[in-house]
Amino acid sequence: MKSFWSRIANVFQSDHLSREIDEELQSHLAEAAAHGRDPAEARAALGPTLRLREESRDIRLPPWLDSLRADAVFGWRQILKRKVASAAAILSLALGIGACTSAFRLIDALLLRPLPVSEPQQLYALARQGSGPDGQPVTVYSWAYPAFGLMRDAVKDQAELLAISDSDRTDVTYGSDAEMEKAYRQYVSGDMFNSFGLRPAAGRLFTASDNLEPGAHPYAVLSYDYWTSRFARDPNVIGRNFRIGNDLYQIIGVGPERFTGIEPGTVIDIFIPTMMHPAVERSDWTWMRTLARVHPGVSLEPLRARLDAVARAFEENRLTGVSGISRRQMDELLKARLVLEPAAAGISDLQNNYRPALLALALLVALVLLIACANVAILMAAQGTSREREMALRISIGAGRRRLVQLMLLESAWLALFAAVTGAAFAWWSAPLVVSMINPPDNPARLFLPTDGRVVVFGLLLTVGVMLLFGLAPALRASAVQPVSALKGGENPHARRRLMHTLIAAQTAFCFLVLFVAGLFVATFERLSNTPTGFSPDRVLTLETVTLRPQPPAFWDQVADHLRGVPGVEQVAVAGSALLHGWSWNNFISVHGAPPNGVLAYLLQTSPGWIEALRIPLLDGRDFRPADAYPGAALVNQTFAKVYFNGEDPVGKSFEVIFSGGQRLAFEIVGLVGDVTYRDIREPILPQAYFPFHSIDAKGAPRPVGQGTFIVRASGGNPLALASVLRREVSRARPEFRVSNIRAQTEINQSHTIRERLLARLASFFGLVALLLAGVGLYGVLDDSVSQRRREIAIRMALGAEAADVARRVTAPVFFTVSAGALAGLALGVASARSIEALLYQVRPTDLRMLMLPAVTILLASLLAALPPVIRAVRIDPAKMLRSE
Amino acid sequence: MRKTDSLQGSLDLLVLKILSRRPRLHGYAIMSAVHDISGEVLRVEEGSLYPALHRMEEAGWIRAEWITQESGRRARLYQLTTAGKKQLAAEESRWNSVTSAVNRVLRTV
Repeated sequence: MKSFWSRIANVFQSDHLSREIDEELQSHLAEAAAHGRDPAEARAALGPTLRLREESRDIRLPPWLDSLRADAVFGWRQILKRKVASAAAILSLALGIGACTSAFRLIDALLLRPLPVSEPQQLYALARQGSGPDGQPVTVYSWAYPAFGLMRDAVKDQAELLAISDSDRTDVTYGSDAEMEKAYRQYVSGDMFNSFGLRPAAGRLFTASDNLEPGAHPYAVLSYDYWTSRFARDPNVIGRNFRIGNDLYQIIGVGPERFTGIEPGTVIDIFIPTMMHPAVERSDWTWMRTLARVHPGVSLEPLRARLDAVARAFEENRLTGVSGISRRQMDELLKARLVLEPAAAGISDLQNNYRPALLALALLVALVLLIACANVAILMAAQGTSREREMALRISIGAGRRRLVQLMLLESAWLALFAAVTGAAFAWWSAPLVVSMINPPDNPARLFLPTDGRVVVFGLLLTVGVMLLFGLAPALRASAVQPVSALKGGENPHARRRLMHTLIAAQTAFCFLVLFVAGLFVATFERLSNTPTGFSPDRVLTLETVTLRPQPPAFWDQVADHLRGVPGVEQVAVAGSALLHGWSWNNFISVHGAPPNGVLAYLLQTSPGWIEALRIPLLDGRDFRPADAYPGAALVNQTFAKVYFNGEDPVGKSFEVIFSGGQRLAFEIVGLVGDVTYRDIREPILPQAYFPFHSIDAKGAPRPVGQGTFIVRASGGNPLALASVLRREVSRARPEFRVSNIRAQTEINQSHTIRERLLARLASFFGLVALLLAGVGLYGVLDDSVSQRRREIAIRMALGAEAADVARRVTAPVFFTVSAGALAGLALGVASARSIEALLYQVRPTDLRMLMLPAVTILLASLLAALPPVIRAVRIDPAKMLRSE
Repeated sequence: MRKTDSLQGSLDLLVLKILSRRPRLHGYAIMSAVHDISGEVLRVEEGSLYPALHRMEEAGWIRAEWITQESGRRARLYQLTTAGKKQLAAEESRWNSVTSAVNRVLRTV
């Protein structure tokens, strides 16, 4: 074994080794001379030094390793010799490898990496699949707690069911009321930590007995991350109290280090028992996800069917309580089917929103990598005859073909190595950048992107794969060189040309596909950004405000009045929520006591002046007056009039809102307003009714309000400049009022297009890269072709060919190839467009314009790439060329 | 002038044997020793001596060290290792069995 390692070591000190062998032979000759032998005779007896040295070297180091070393050195010199081409190859490969690794990091972190809990593969999420109001399939993950309780008891023996709420960003107070801060809160089943096999980092975690009675367990567990960032891991935090709204909680423990909740993309700060949720006893409020930990050996389908039956019975029971609903409507609502989705990697909105987007991006970057590989293969093939002569020479002096393959592959390995290192740096930098691009300022995504074995192995496999992809074909071709024809210099260039044309065609097809998809994403983003919302978000600030205790509506008016006096403020209104904020409130409507028609109306409480502040047109009737109250007066939009009043003018008519439990409230329509987007800008306009912000109870007394959103229109400039002033003035007007969040309405609107903007930006970037790479490849091929055919061109010109004729002859075959590639890309594009349809908005993949765009772009890029070689071709001086040949 | 290689297959044996008697010899001394002890009958071909020495060194039978001689010349001295002693015994017994077999053939026929 020692000998093996000494031989390996010898490879890397081979100069030293050669010197040592030479010195020993010299010492031999000196000894011979000292013994009186003729130096010339002694030297002759010893034989040629070079042969001896080689022979001894071969003994003292492993030949395969030595040849590998020699070829690596030679390959390195080759790369240095062609600095520009090598740099281009390395950069394009690095971009491809880096982008692919980056995409893998994101996909792995968001979709693949198992949760740091015991046996994550046993976890499933309960979801209901049905169809939405527009007939599109929808999957709903939210459940009402009573339904969860029934399902949990029904399948106790086969699976453990856990209730885990969606995370929400809430206001937390540790000290005085003035120090309110934001934290991510999640309600969880008491036995969640235990079921996940988690141990506390400090204090204790919840158990099942911490989650028995509604409202009776005011305890909290902090996440390790929050404990670190907020409390610097202070152990004394156990036992401390804090407030959320009006509820006082006590911290009892800290979760384990790596556990951040079950939602990749959100790091939970505070865990609270589900029993503390205000809606834990309500059947009509769905606010939590249900996870099932399926016991080993339990088959899924019977479990699913059992859960489905329980969920359906619950829903049927609940809907029966909603008076006036017809059997047909009930069947429609009950159609949803319960499914079990594997949830080993957790479950989050970020996953659901970005799964198709990330996969589409992965496809794009894989295509860019393929284009880069084709490009490098073209660059290597275009080294042309000089390289073939070298190979022929090597074969004729006895190099084995295996050795030639090794030589060429080592050269590729150098390129791949440098590309991998550069690409790793690129991936290290770009993956967090992409995550930061999906960060709405209000709700930043926090995705852990560890660089561990998984990522490294992926990168290594990718690098080796890439090396074989672009290096193997040229290597095999080089080893197949026929020495005789190559040395004569008349080697038939057709095989090489065929290879290059195939590569060009493939490159063009991929490039077309990338551009096509990029075009679809850009068009989607534009359409979505330009979707009319029906209101003007410019210069509008929304101030989400909470109060210490629910406050009388008059106090809310008082604050609004105070804000109207702030310089720079034009209008102020108050509403239950900002439009497009994501919040929604809906119910069935009954007109003239008739049963509801099955279409939900979307509701919002607003103050007088709200429609004016948002520039929503008043089409008929009047705005609210201060004396109007809920229930009583209502404003409705045009779609509401269409859906419930057959498009007739509804002003002066009345309707009832039906609440679960059969309670009905009557409203008289005082005004008709224009349509606005309510929840999501992708949705069709929903029928909407607005009610006064002032609520009165059954006795006519004003009902206090604990939270609302001030809508402030600034008179000019950047509205966010007013943010800190407004925040201060709200508390100044009434000390019980706190602004918990300020967002510009424009930013809220844009937050609906974050994914589309990300896709459009990244796809455009990769489209540009693909185009650039394809252009370089095309240039390489044309340039090579002109060099090959310069004699032919010279003869043609000598015989009187026009410049245009020459240009046509040089470019025609390549343009034929490019067109064939583009057609293939078009077919690929149309075929693959179906899979990204979910990411598109009002863009049809088969739209002629969407197909023309990449075609024209590729044509223009091809012309540009072809220009220099064509100019070179027509500038050939026939006299000079033919004389020199 | 080229002598027939009378040492076919026995170079290792001779080198190991000589080094077992006289440790620390350089290549030229080993060559001279073979020549002298054999009564000037055997002659090691100089061109094959050094590759053979290097091969045995890699095999771990002998080890080498550089010294500066009294004459001021540097020389690479070889000596037997433990593995080399075992190898010598093996080679010797192989040689003995081959020569006795050859002798039997010569006597019988």
